Amino acid sequence: MNDMAESAALAAADYKSGYKPVWCPGCGDYGVLGAVTRALAILQRPPHEVAVVSGIGCSSRIPAYTSCYGFHGVHGRALAAGTGLKVARPDLTVIVAGGDGDGYSIGGNHFLHACRRNVDLTYIVMDNHVYGMTKGQASPTTEPDWDSKLAPGGTGVRSFHPLVIALAAGANFIARAFSGDSGGAAEIIAQAIRHPGFSFVEVMSPCVTFRPEQKDWKQSVRRTGVPETGDPAQAARRIMTDDGFNIGVLYAGDRPVYARERAATVTPAELEAEFAL
Amino acid sequence: MTAGTLLLDAAARAGLYGLMVRTSGPQIRGGEAAALLRLGPQPLATLDDRFDMLLAIDWQNLHRFADEIPLGPASLIVGDSGEGEAPEALLASGAQAVALPLKKTVKGATGAWVNMVALGFGGAIAGLPVEVLEEALRASWKRNPQALEANLTVLRQGFAFAAGLEGKRPQPLAMPAVAPAGRWLISGNEAAGFGAIRAGVRFVAAYPITPATEVLEWLAPALTRLGGTLLQAEDELASINMIIGAAYGGVPSLTATAGPGLALMTEAIGLAVTAEVPIVIVDVMRGGPSTGIPAKSEQSDLSFAVDGLPGDAPRLVLAPTSIGDCLTTTEWAVRLAEALQAPAIVLSDQFMGQSRAVVDQPPATGGTAQRLVAAANTPGYLRYADTPSGISPMAIPGTPGTTYTADGLEHTEKGIPSSQATDHSRQLDKRERKLMQYDYGPRWADVEGEADLAIITFGSTTGAVREAIARSALQGVGLRLVALRLLAPLQPAALDRALAGVRQVLVVEQNHGGQLLRYLRSRYDLPGRATGLHRPGPLPLRPGELTAAFIDWAAVQGSREGRA
Ligand SMILES: Cc1ncc(C[n+]2csc(CCOP(=O)(O)OP(=O)(O)O)c2C)c(N)n1
Ligand code: SF4
Repeated sequence: MNDMAESAALAAADYKSGYKPVWCPGCGDYGVLGAVTRALAILQRPPHEVAVVSGIGCSSRIPAYTSCYGFHGVHGRALAAGTGLKVARPDLTVIVAGGDGDGYSIGGNHFLHACRRNVDLTYIVMDNHVYGMTKGQASPTTEPDWDSKLAPGGTGVRSFHPLVIALAAGANFIARAFSGDSGGAAEIIAQAIRHPGFSFVEVMSPCVTFRPEQKDWKQSVRRTGVPETGDPAQAARRIMTDDGFNIGVLYAGDRPVYARERAATVTPAELEAEFAL
Repeated sequence: MTAGTLLLDAAARAGLYGLMVRTSGPQIRGGEAAALLRLGPQPLATLDDRFDMLLAIDWQNLHRFADEIPLGPASLIVGDSGEGEAPEALLASGAQAVALPLKKTVKGATGAWVNMVALGFGGAIAGLPVEVLEEALRASWKRNPQALEANLTVLRQGFAFAAGLEGKRPQPLAMPAVAPAGRWLISGNEAAGFGAIRAGVRFVAAYPITPATEVLEWLAPALTRLGGTLLQAEDELASINMIIGAAYGGVPSLTATAGPGLALMTEAIGLAVTAEVPIVIVDVMRGGPSTGIPAKSEQSDLSFAVDGLPGDAPRLVLAPTSIGDCLTTTEWAVRLAEALQAPAIVLSDQFMGQSRAVVDQPPATGGTAQRLVAAANTPGYLRYADTPSGISPMAIPGTPGTTYTADGLEHTEKGIPSSQATDHSRQLDKRERKLMQYDYGPRWADVEGEADLAIITFGSTTGAVREAIARSALQGVGLRLVALRLLAPLQPAALDRALAGVRQVLVVEQNHGGQLLRYLRSRYDLPGRATGLHRPGPLPLRPGELTAAFIDWAAVQGSREGRA
């Protein structure tokens, strides 16, 4: 077993399809692609046993850039598609990925219910606090005073705190990563995939085109010095009081994972008896 | 409801066919409700024009059902002697009122129910032997044995009241000598669920909605026992995308809903079309649009099902033509969806879905079509290969050497997003071709008779139409029946054959706008001057009124012919 694993060891590059991404030069999403492929190499999971599921947005283009099975669905419904896939095919490793608009706005309801359902999958949000694909509108994580064509002078609406919401809704693993620290993000994503249940990784991924100021995130982020906690109260305090630039695993819980009894105890023909007179 | 269910069960035990339709007032629970039964020696797919007997436990709000429970001078209205006169709206029919001591009979009999007295009486009037009624009650009993005895006693008392009934009474049914084998007692919603399972569905995600919920309630434990899963989703946007995810994973998947849920699913149905993922949506139609009339039947989602998607989006639309056919058609829909890697919508409705009937065991002839799966390590694998049949092998995640990304964006044969005109037309052609070229066989419609005047219909209306055609024939008017089971893609060549020699057609359906007529006209040159006969729900089209309308219509066509 060991020999085989060594001789056939998969490198991060083996998880890339080789298609040229549509992303702008410098987009944070390149770093996320690098982190996901490195994480899979850490886990040595064969690409054909991994499915990457997404919605719509710049970030949601990620499945086709991997050499895994991919599913690029409709805007906001990636978690639903990923949930159906994982429940029907528990043998696969399922990674759901997308943007902050996709996951927190149009897909917000699915986010809440995916957290509480706790199906064993990993959800990566590439958060750039903007709708990149539709060219620069405010998303739920955009600051209230950020000026845009659709909301001159800002939306005036308070931004959404995905990590607190995930914790309150029951996510079993919560982490923050930074696309500019691809190696660190890879470690976090690998840990998220290994962790049973719904694992949520919020990756700060700059949109250099519509939020050029996010290039400064590099200077602001830091790896959190404290070890992860399994205590939701402690995690809540930590998440609520940090400045949004702490990178690392913030919560790792042990809630029961959504699972269903699978062995068949009847055949369809046996069910007929119920109707026969 | 309990008495109705038991009466139906007793009739089935006695070897009769039967149909029980449920109807209720606007209350969510505990309000007035009526079980509408028709019993007879032949299979029954529709209620009759009149009821022979109305058995009322009390008169409360009964007038609300006056339209749904037509009575005539030969009918009985049976009520409790302590409840006073029957409502005027019912007596206006000229029916004979009968007062029975329903409540008095159960007084002092601990655990006995009023409706069991009514069951005994009703069963006797229908001509059922008392032993069969007792047997039905015993078989259904799950409580304590003393109360069973009390109920059996009052049931017998109710039965005895019928013997003492004075005046006219409906003709009792003749009992078959032997109870025949091979019959089922089933509702359309259960039948749809079982059809799905027979075709291999092992994943269902859905959000509850009237009148589709029973499909799910039946499927939930059945799937668990079969090693599958039913997942209650947060909404229909989730349920449809969940089944797409599961089907992409290789597991045949289905959801059930009604109009409001179907509307929410629209975008994802388009995804299933483009990404070529097989899914089945059972739409148990109710009064629409919007929330409409949730617990009443209507055939008004047809236009939406066949045409209601953005983009050019070929999809399968099927409709069962009876309660038993809910099984066969759903099974067929799953197999077609799998074989064609396309979404299929099954248009059932509240009438079929929530009614129970004694049916001949539905045939398991839904076909054996299967998904075309790509072999491991296929060299140069092209997920959306533009094959002559339009069907391209689908790689199932977990298979080595065939990874690809399924995409709702227009794409190349390989699945890479593309906005080029050539790729777009090529894939549009492919997706249309696979549905158009497929050989659907004889199941596309029920075609009966050779007359040169034809009635075209679909769904639950077929039952009343078929009966009206039989009655018209007794009056010397021959009509051909074409009941469409495969609504989309429409089958022009098969329609040509089915309508060969037909001079005129009449299109019958239960909706306000004549949706089937408009659909047929938009896709097919109907012979003669096609006209429509359509009325919205909630009142069913009844065989008597249809017979009268058919005979009038045929007469007009005849005189038109004479003038020509
Ligand atoms: C139903 C629907 N509504 C709107 C759109 C248009 N749209 C495409 S992507 C997008 C937002 C993308 O933002 P985000 O999810 O944050 O991803 P990013 O592009 O920033 O990576 C929108 C509104 C759509 N494709 N579908
Ligand atoms: S618009 Fe922004 S998010 Fe989209 S690819 Fe360009 S940089 Fe990335």
